[in-house]
Amino acid sequence: MMRLAWLILRKDLTVEVRSGEIAYTTLFFAVTCVLVFAFALVREGRAPEDGAAGILWIAVVFAGNLALGRAFERERQAETLRALLMAPAPRTAVYLGKLLGVIALLVGAEIVLVPLIALLFQARLLAHLWWMIAILAAGTTGFAAVGTLFAAMLVRARSRDVLLPVLLYPITVPVIIAGVRGTAALLQPELEVGVVRFWLALLITFDVVFVTLSLWTFESVMTD
Amino acid sequence: MTADGGTNGFLFDRVVVDDVSRHFGRRRAVSRVTFHASRGQILGLLGPNGAGKSTLLALLATLLRPTSGTIRFGTRDASTADDALRSHIGVLGHDLFLYPELTARENLAFFGALYGARDANAAARQALDRAGLADRGDDVVSSFSRGMRQRVALERALIHQPRLLLLDEPFTGLDDASTAVLLARLRGLREEGAIVILATHDLDLADGLLDEAIFLRDGRMIHTAARPEALRSTYRAVMTGRPAPSGVEGR
Repeated sequence: MMRLAWLILRKDLTVEVRSGEIAYTTLFFAVTCVLVFAFALVREGRAPEDGAAGILWIAVVFAGNLALGRAFERERQAETLRALLMAPAPRTAVYLGKLLGVIALLVGAEIVLVPLIALLFQARLLAHLWWMIAILAAGTTGFAAVGTLFAAMLVRARSRDVLLPVLLYPITVPVIIAGVRGTAALLQPELEVGVVRFWLALLITFDVVFVTLSLWTFESVMTD
Repeated sequence: MTADGGTNGFLFDRVVVDDVSRHFGRRRAVSRVTFHASRGQILGLLGPNGAGKSTLLALLATLLRPTSGTIRFGTRDASTADDALRSHIGVLGHDLFLYPELTARENLAFFGALYGARDANAAARQALDRAGLADRGDDVVSSFSRGMRQRVALERALIHQPRLLLLDEPFTGLDDASTAVLLARLRGLREEGAIVILATHDLDLADGLLDEAIFLRDGRMIHTAARPEALRSTYRAVMTGRPAPSGVEGR
């Protein structure tokens, strides 16, 4: 199964490298979002306390919504999703491949967003780099796990662009809250490892639940 | 695979559609359709738009489940469709199932690997040769004409040497040369013992190609003809309810 997931991931990345469509769109949107907040909230070089944490996750979540929609729209346009589903391969491999592709795109956006927000908001996002990476990785995985399932389910729905955020955001609110609180904990002058660990553990729990449920249901939601 | 169509523990020598219906809500896309196709046969699904041809192909491709009735692939029932069964079905849809940003070689190698080819690159190379596109293999598919894309798509559908090939409007947008290549390929597949089921509006092109024609209207099977000749006049007669021309064996 992992071989097939890797095959689909590699194909998605090759297509993305050629077109640059999703990467440029999500990055442009996320950076614009951060700049707007920076102009609105930063006064004389001082930003609201913990504001950077919320803005980082708003940018990631909105960019993720765009990436999820486009990742499946691409498969719908040439009906290649049908070809993937007809292949003698476990459908969970299709899910895993698409999930890893979305995570890769979001990680690319985060690599730009984190230093940008740290600079514009004078936030200490890079002070505890490994904790930051762990929080972002766990939060991105949880968000993308649910998002990939919903984006696949809605691929044939006429109002999929509207329905995706309507369904996705309420369910991923716990991930977003845990991501924001975990990141905010990293911004404190004195790092409280226990607090960061708590939010990270919560994120990992959500990841396990969401990925397991998505793997379990993907086969049936993509049949018929 | 054995000469009689035996594959991985089951015999795939025929496809049997038995009293199959498929409803979408209150709409009956396919209603009580029954037919069968054996090895080395080309079967045509003919009918106007909305007759249920594409739905029938989706049912045969195991993408949809029948609301009632059964579909059997040799000794296997469609309700037990798994990877082993799907590995013997090839589909060329009205949409070509190709990634326009990838080259023809990359598309074929990707689907070859997905369908379990041991050496996907070698399979892609052979497929490009068969499509007559070896010199364009490293061009992205979006730069191809419709006919060239169709040839790549057909090889994509055949890359795993399926026992059953399903084609939805395979002649759409093809020039004369590409049509001749496709017809020759389909006849070749028949000789190799594959089961080919195609849905088409191009009656002139299908004339003389089909071993059996199934005429559909409003999801119902209204007529069948073995080795139909003069397909267009038969079609007109069947659809307007007049008697079929002499020499056409109808059921």
